[in-house]
Amino acid sequence: MTTPTPAIDQPIVRIAAVDKQFSGGDRLVTKALEGIDLEIRKGEFVSLIGPSGCGKSTLLRIVGDLTSPTRGTVTVNGKPADRARRDRDYGIVFQAPVLFDWRTVEDNVKLPLEMLGYDAARRTSRAREMLELMELGDFLRHHPYQLSGGMQQRVAIARALAIEPAILLMDEPFGALDEMTRERMNSEVLRIWQQTGTTVLFVTHSIPEAVFLSSRVVVMSARPGRITKVIDVDLPRPRTEQTRETRRYFEVVTEVREALRAGGGAVDDAGRPAGGGSLDRTIAEGAVG
Amino acid sequence: MTAMVDPVLGGSIPRNDPGRHSSRQGRTVRAIAFYVPTIVVFVGGLAAWEILVGALNLQSFVLPKPSAIVAALQANWSGGRFPLMPSAVATLQEALLGLAIGTTAGLIVAFASARWVLARGILLPLAVGANAVPIIAFAPLLNNWFGLSNPLSKALMAAVLVFFPVMANVIRGLVQVEPASLELMRSYAASEGTILRKVRIPNALPYFFTAMKIATTLSLIGAIVGEYFGGATSVLGQVILGSASALKYDVTWAAILLGAVTGITFYLVIVAVERIVIPWHAAMRSEG
Repeated sequence: MTTPTPAIDQPIVRIAAVDKQFSGGDRLVTKALEGIDLEIRKGEFVSLIGPSGCGKSTLLRIVGDLTSPTRGTVTVNGKPADRARRDRDYGIVFQAPVLFDWRTVEDNVKLPLEMLGYDAARRTSRAREMLELMELGDFLRHHPYQLSGGMQQRVAIARALAIEPAILLMDEPFGALDEMTRERMNSEVLRIWQQTGTTVLFVTHSIPEAVFLSSRVVVMSARPGRITKVIDVDLPRPRTEQTRETRRYFEVVTEVREALRAGGGAVDDAGRPAGGGSLDRTIAEGAVG
Repeated sequence: MTAMVDPVLGGSIPRNDPGRHSSRQGRTVRAIAFYVPTIVVFVGGLAAWEILVGALNLQSFVLPKPSAIVAALQANWSGGRFPLMPSAVATLQEALLGLAIGTTAGLIVAFASARWVLARGILLPLAVGANAVPIIAFAPLLNNWFGLSNPLSKALMAAVLVFFPVMANVIRGLVQVEPASLELMRSYAASEGTILRKVRIPNALPYFFTAMKIATTLSLIGAIVGEYFGGATSVLGQVILGSASALKYDVTWAAILLGAVTGITFYLVIVAVERIVIPWHAAMRSEG
């Protein structure tokens, strides 16, 4: 079960027959996820998209071992998810930056490195390297509350990448940002992804975001949460702002939107499933609480 | 003014770049300017007090003039029947001892409660219940238990008052951590001890200092109330009682003034320590 290094074509993440139920009270059982099978290969950028309540955040949290599945198995890097978590194979970016106000930007990025037992010099050089990568080199000694929301989220990404995780889990990381900032952050993430070659699992409720970023878009439907379609995004890389104006881009956006509609997810005019990700987030938080 | 520019998102970054602020001198001037209205009102109030007492011809047992209080303060500074300065020092020592005892006990209960659910279940209801008791009523008993002339009996009065706000605030600081912060730590497979050191304690520090600001005042109140019930004579509580019954109200007022100055100084010391220990917190508050 625990092969140290997976073969090249072996998936980094293997989700097999995963169900997740939340029991609220005596009789009420919510089927958050049902029969989820998914494999993510090394270096892939995979987005989960779906209407609220489809369990996309829950699925990400199961992969990250922040909650456990009712049935089924998750294997990460050839190991069970809880083992992978204890081996610090994950970098996680939440919707909120979750930075500690009492630490400077640099010290926030050092936090996971402290957990890994890096010595002080190595922590400093690694943290600075990551912050340079995120173009935050001038803000090492700032505190989080002195930064804008987008910059705070970039610090969180730097922190997640600092430990060179086997997989980067991003749970609606730009959901709280305005559209302009979000598009710039998307380009940022793609640049980082290409530079580091990391594997990314990305939860979003924005169709344009999912299409622009991903190698594959996993479309989910709600109640029970299922995977209804997996769409390969064959847009050429590197993708730039011009990519958003190409015909192929619109075709894929349309394909995702139609897949969402077919799955029963209502879609608003801006092309995102109505309601955002709030319900499955609530369920997920209630379950871990 | 060198506005820093976010290299990725553009636009200038507001707030708190050392380079953006004008000189230290400029800041000092602004700080003083901020307090000018307060000082004007305070001094104006004193002047009005002085003038009104004279104009209305109030007797000194009703309200002495500020000038008379200051005169009494000078006359009784260190000697006589009511030595003010030694009394204030003695009372402050009791209060400090009580503050130390009460804070230590409060911290122990808070950490135990935050760590073990069982401890929380047992200790919290007891602490909340004890807090609802008018604790001042115990002062004669404490004097009885530990000796009327023993400073410890006054210190314990202070300690009992200090205990609850310290305990309640620190528990809140340790427990009310953002769930997402705990998830982040979980993703690093952090132990409870690590979470305590890296998340809970830093999170609790602002709560602790809030409690300490309340606690300094309470410790002085506890000590003075304890003194009212007897014991050593050269303490603020006894000076206040003794001078009032001797109809030397100017001395009474001088003692109260000294107690007030002690309390304010005590408070300001805590504020200063807070700024040194958690500078980020003060800065955060001032920037909204």
